[in-house]
Amino acid sequence: MAMLAELTHRCPLACPYCSNPVDLVRRSGELSTQEWVDVFRQAADLGVLHLHLSGGEPAARHDLEELVAASTGAELYSNLITSGVGLTEARLEKLAANGLDHVQLSLQGVDHETADLYGGYKGGFDRKIAVAGWTVKLGLPLTINAVMHRHNLSTLDLMIDLAVDLGARRLEVATVQFHGWAEKNKAALMPTREQVQKAGETVHAGRRRLKGVLVIDYVPADYYATYPKACMGGWASTSLNIAPDGQVLPCHAAPTIPWLTFDNVHERPLKDIWMHSDAFNAFRGDEWMQEPCRSCARKAVDFGGCRCQAMALAGDAAATDPACSKSTLHADLLAAAEAASSTRDADLTYRRMPTLKQPLRTHDA
Amino acid sequence: MTTEIPETARPRLLKGVRTRFDKARDTWLLLAPERTLELDAVAAAILAEVDGERSFGEVIDVLMAKYDAPRERISADVRTFLSSLVERRMLEIDVP
Repeated sequence: MAMLAELTHRCPLACPYCSNPVDLVRRSGELSTQEWVDVFRQAADLGVLHLHLSGGEPAARHDLEELVAASTGAELYSNLITSGVGLTEARLEKLAANGLDHVQLSLQGVDHETADLYGGYKGGFDRKIAVAGWTVKLGLPLTINAVMHRHNLSTLDLMIDLAVDLGARRLEVATVQFHGWAEKNKAALMPTREQVQKAGETVHAGRRRLKGVLVIDYVPADYYATYPKACMGGWASTSLNIAPDGQVLPCHAAPTIPWLTFDNVHERPLKDIWMHSDAFNAFRGDEWMQEPCRSCARKAVDFGGCRCQAMALAGDAAATDPACSKSTLHADLLAAAEAASSTRDADLTYRRMPTLKQPLRTHDA
Repeated sequence: MTTEIPETARPRLLKGVRTRFDKARDTWLLLAPERTLELDAVAAAILAEVDGERSFGEVIDVLMAKYDAPRERISADVRTFLSSLVERRMLEIDVP
């Protein structure tokens, strides 16, 4: 069981496919150090083994070192999911000394030009390469996380080579998923069917060639597939997310299902939320399923696909994920994906914090 | 498929890969980047002796002293299991 702790939504990068919600939490709304420490303890008691420290950029939290120590104290396996920006060699040494288990570094491309364009941060690529070097020097396992889309899929083989050159033990090739900010950028990012097919072949060839050198995990695009992805391994079955403000979510995108309400660690113990809350129980088991899912032999394999994708594309979170060929909406989805993938010169909407509508004022009691 | 491992080679779990007993599940686990392996009794017994100091041959000897099984059988089990961890980038075998 794993927990994703989104320590903050603050991030120096502005990736147009960020999985954070469009409505970002501000710094003032973030949980305090002590609140996070308490959540980590509760998570360990609940049976969580892996703790993913994410964001935003987790290094934007000045208490990251303390939080890693707390994770170690709770006997959790800590994974730092980082853009690399905000880390220094000294900071990484301190994190390692405090028991950090694993570093997962994002790369937006294989060169300055692509990486800095899609990261929306000049100089980001150089910093990432430096962070990879420090991580390997410390002996920590390094994973390279590469979100792939129409404009960088042609460099997938170079990304695999780069991961090996950097000394990564693992590469996560994640085809862009259209939730959060990516949803705004479908036309710009949607890969073509040919790209998706070739990517699968490149990954298989890479795995064979690099057995014992690099582990490659692959999240394929589902819109051109026959069956949907087993999203989250089934709703609320093996993982949970904590948003920066303490909201407890079954997955990143769950708040896009408008009728779900979410609990907060301020108000309810984590175990109680996990076991008994409406949001976590909404799609457990198969009682909620409609046809064709309910009588489908694959219902225990892919659980009807992604609930948030069903919400976004079918307008009903309990519907069959339209990525499934058995969905009546599948043909429409396919046509829309193909149309989006042939869009030329679409604008990118970068991820940004909202601008203040009113100037900040001090408050006197 | 298993790789040849000389008796003098020293296996060690890579940093960021560690065993942990899980009380709730009453089992030994191997924790690694994005992976949790549930260890059966044989796997747990093998990893209990892999400390980065003992050679492959010494690990087999220690296991022979503890468990009543022929050396070839233990050697094959250890080799198969450790090779699978090498393939998954969880273990390295230093050949002197």
